[in-house]
Amino acid sequence: MPASLDRSAAAPAAVSLHGLRRVFGARTVLGGIDLQIEAGQIIALVGPSGCGKSTVLRLLAGLDRPTSGTVLIDGRPVDGIDPRCAVVFQEPRLMPWRTLARNVALGLPPGTPRAEGRAEVLRWLELVGLADFADHRPRQVSGGMAQRAALARALVRRPGVLLLDEPFAALDALTRLRMQDLLDDLQRREGTTVVLVTHDVDEAVQLADRIVLLRPADDGSGAVVGADLQVPAARPRDRADPSLVPLRADLLARLGVPRRAAALDTERVR
Amino acid sequence: MTLAETPAQAPPEEPRPAAPGRGRAWARLAAGLIPPLILLGVWQLVAASGAYSTAQLPPPADVAAGLGELIERGELWRHIAISVQRVLLGYAAGAACGLALGALVGLSAPARALLAPTVQALRTVPSLAWVPLLLLWMGIGEAPKQTLVAIGAFFPVYTTTAAALAHVDPQLVELGRAYGLRGVGLLTKVLLPAAAPSVVNGLRLGLAQGWLFLVAAELIASSMGLGFVLIDSQNTGRTDLMLLAIALLALLGKTSDAALGLLERRVVRGRT
Repeated sequence: MPASLDRSAAAPAAVSLHGLRRVFGARTVLGGIDLQIEAGQIIALVGPSGCGKSTVLRLLAGLDRPTSGTVLIDGRPVDGIDPRCAVVFQEPRLMPWRTLARNVALGLPPGTPRAEGRAEVLRWLELVGLADFADHRPRQVSGGMAQRAALARALVRRPGVLLLDEPFAALDALTRLRMQDLLDDLQRREGTTVVLVTHDVDEAVQLADRIVLLRPADDGSGAVVGADLQVPAARPRDRADPSLVPLRADLLARLGVPRRAAALDTERVR
Repeated sequence: MTLAETPAQAPPEEPRPAAPGRGRAWARLAAGLIPPLILLGVWQLVAASGAYSTAQLPPPADVAAGLGELIERGELWRHIAISVQRVLLGYAAGAACGLALGALVGLSAPARALLAPTVQALRTVPSLAWVPLLLLWMGIGEAPKQTLVAIGAFFPVYTTTAAALAHVDPQLVELGRAYGLRGVGLLTKVLLPAAAPSVVNGLRLGLAQGWLFLVAAELIASSMGLGFVLIDSQNTGRTDLMLLAIALLALLGKTSDAALGLLERRVVRGRT
């Protein structure tokens, strides 16, 4: 019985948001978000700081409840903490008293038989490249390794939707690129639906099948979907892929970072 | 998938109690013995200088003789045993209540609002202030002494437990909740382990305070125990026994604290 549960949980799930609003006191953060996410895709949610990206993610995970509107995962509403989701936060949030293996084991779906659970933990530690560090404590490993353990903890849950809240933002630049490639590999292998919140346009362009830009309304009525863009190239992508350049420039311009070349030209004219 | 990264540099070596070489452990133990030995030497010198009468400050040899005398009369073990028994029984009760009430107040905001102010107010009552009431209610048997020790042990355990559980890293709690932990699961897998180092530290503080309150109890109404030896030696002018009782209290306190220190080390090991 748990085995069949596991298998159903492992299938990538479709997500839909309908008129999602979230108001904190006098401040409207989300002003009615509508979004359909196909199963098995990576969706990047990008937007300026404080625009409500993380709020969307918390509503998806059931960590927060919408003021109005609904979140559906495979057609069933999210009501409280949802076992079909697994979250990775910006911080690894590992339990410092547990080894990496025991931390990953925390993500196992409830009712997993012991032996199967141990095998799964080892398999995921291997997949994220931490097989040799299973017995290390979180304080003994680097930030990147800790975040890989956090990723393994989420994936061992075999979630229908993997929710990533700026998961690589606190890592150094090179580690971040390696983590992006790792996530790309793992997602293509497992087919998990991924919602990736990021403020890193390069990261979104590199990883996402689709990029959704949240835009805060000028009148303070909360963020709405400002753009919904398909990423043209197939994954895995080369970081220097020229077909991605216009998309990157477009996104940056929408986020208030216009192309520099034009600015330089006007300066030269002066 | 070769993601070779070197583990973060271990934090600079702090004076860590755990697991340095055996030789270093002995060296540390030896270092800790230096001040008592110096104290003993100074005591001997001062006593020999004649600045104080032997009634005021008997030399160490007199105290050792007093020790021999108590052993010979068969009283020493009786005094030590009854004091240790009072501390252990009282401490067990006080620490258990401290853990239970501390957990309640630490975990439940309504319980905190209701109970914390009252408990804090009671905490400020000096130990000796309880004694007349306890004697009135419980007579002069073992009960009031054990109760006073329990009161002494209760507050540090209660305070640290409540604070530790209330201040568990909210990010870890949220992580636990996001991974489906609630109620007992959240308590045993996140809250208690996170609070454990502070709680064990509170247990240590509670034990120390238990010894403090024991002496208060025994000074006032008892016919046995190390506190009784103190007050009895004052009445009979036996300063050597008075100093002996003080030294024994220090020794017993230190020994019991070291035992809990071992427990604390086990709990904290591997986290830093």
